[in-house]
Amino acid sequence: MKQRALVACAGLVLIALPLLLSSYQLGLLTKMLIFAIFAMSLNLVLGYTGLPSLGHAAYFGMGAYTVGLLAVRVVNNFWIDFGAGLVAAAVTGALFGLLALRAQGSYLLMITLALSQVLWGIAFGWRQLTGGDDGLPGVPRPDLGLPWSLAGGLAFYYFVLVFFALVVGALWVLIGSPFGRALVGIRESERRMEVLGYDVWLHKYVAFILAGLFAGLAGGLFVYYTGFVSPAYLSIVFSAMALIMVILGGAGTLLGPALGSAAIVILENVISTYTQRWLLILGLIYVAVTIFAPAGLVGIVRGRLGSRAA
Amino acid sequence: MTALAVERLVHDFGGLRALAGVDFAVARGERLTILGPNGAGKTTLFNLITGIYRTQAGRIRLFDHDVTALKPHRRARLGLGRTFQITTLFPGLSVLDSVLLAVQGADAIRFALHRPLTAYPHLFERAETLLGEWGLLDRRDVLTRQLSYGEQRQVELILALAGSPRVLLLDEPTAGLSPAETAAVASMIRRFSRDITVLLIEHDMDVALELADRVTVLYQGRVLAAGTTEEIRRNRQVAEIYLGTDEG
Repeated sequence: MKQRALVACAGLVLIALPLLLSSYQLGLLTKMLIFAIFAMSLNLVLGYTGLPSLGHAAYFGMGAYTVGLLAVRVVNNFWIDFGAGLVAAAVTGALFGLLALRAQGSYLLMITLALSQVLWGIAFGWRQLTGGDDGLPGVPRPDLGLPWSLAGGLAFYYFVLVFFALVVGALWVLIGSPFGRALVGIRESERRMEVLGYDVWLHKYVAFILAGLFAGLAGGLFVYYTGFVSPAYLSIVFSAMALIMVILGGAGTLLGPALGSAAIVILENVISTYTQRWLLILGLIYVAVTIFAPAGLVGIVRGRLGSRAA
Repeated sequence: MTALAVERLVHDFGGLRALAGVDFAVARGERLTILGPNGAGKTTLFNLITGIYRTQAGRIRLFDHDVTALKPHRRARLGLGRTFQITTLFPGLSVLDSVLLAVQGADAIRFALHRPLTAYPHLFERAETLLGEWGLLDRRDVLTRQLSYGEQRQVELILALAGSPRVLLLDEPTAGLSPAETAAVASMIRRFSRDITVLLIEHDMDVALELADRVTVLYQGRVLAAGTTEEIRRNRQVAEIYLGTDEG
């Protein structure tokens, strides 16, 4: 009950807050939501299924490049471009899953990293198609045929908010379903799940594909947000950022990664005004969180609520 | 009717031969104890029967099915359940959630991803019935990792029972338990339905011989002796290698 009230409040804030913000702050809030989707998609495999991935930017970037390339080079139609972006990300998840899920633990980490680096290499090297490290500029905001143009910051924010709400809803249903419960079971004990009659590999594989799909969705939105795609979207920096958001917010909790995303986007913005060494500080944050708050921000909040009740 | 049969099972770990051609069969409803000193190949045998290890040579049959090439979850769905020697539970889940997972694993809805688990009340009913039946209902909301070791062993058994197995493999269910806890677990096993065929690895001789109809003794990867508990008690060879002799 308390949880529902909290979520309802957060929803109201997300709807009302933009009216009070400057356009710059609104841009940051939009970015937070997009990265929240990205982090939540990683959380499905990392937090719920217990599969560490250091290559999650692969799906984000595939979604981003597909949307960007189609919009700039082929046709600027939201349904075609964005739909193709989702399919491309999910198919990438399906392919990489086949290769990566043979491994476990740190080996899985290495394989996912290697696979995503392959995509990064292609995006970097294939200049005629992708523009190489100059990236692909000039991706227009989508035209949905609505009375409001998404070129405006406020309309685009609500456009992203709708997707954010849809993804949160979809993940909420998924996590509470028998399938989602089974993912948690696999995280806790794969061996036990096997002898209970679960096709562990298939569960992991489906989780992998869904995570890819949602990451691609975030990537597609991010292209519309920045109007630009570059190999950075496929890079280990983006993968690591998602990983830190999940762990900072609270792995294996529905909204923890969204909190992590908010925290990281704000910190990046604040710290970058003082120093160029943002990545160094990000690394320090990561170390501090894993040592002092392994359950993340959600863990800290729960601990507070718990001790007050006791 | 034969519930489980293994034929000429051989298993090597690198150069080490763990099983060197093991044959035995268990009839439906029978309780068979596998005895043997450390390294005899008992747990290897269980891992082969449940499919955790891939069979290198030999055959495994479960009722009418040749399961030799099947994956563990396929064998589980044919009615094969097991417990582990080293407690293999879901430490971060409550007792009820753990049992729910076990119940759900044997149900066709295990792959549903569009409706909440609460939309399937029959799973909750079955889980709570099981917990009530085996005396853990008041512990339903406790996290598995917070249970006593004895209770964890009981949860192992309940999880294995939840899938309504026809053949159940119990790998040292009383290992590491106090005498009182051992008695509790042993009485639980005694209460299992007689429809369930039970294969038991047990180090506690009293428990082993009390629960079993028949005993198969493994030694260095081979069947050294097989017979009723009385025959095994009287077998001198078994006494020497496993029980220690009076002269020793």
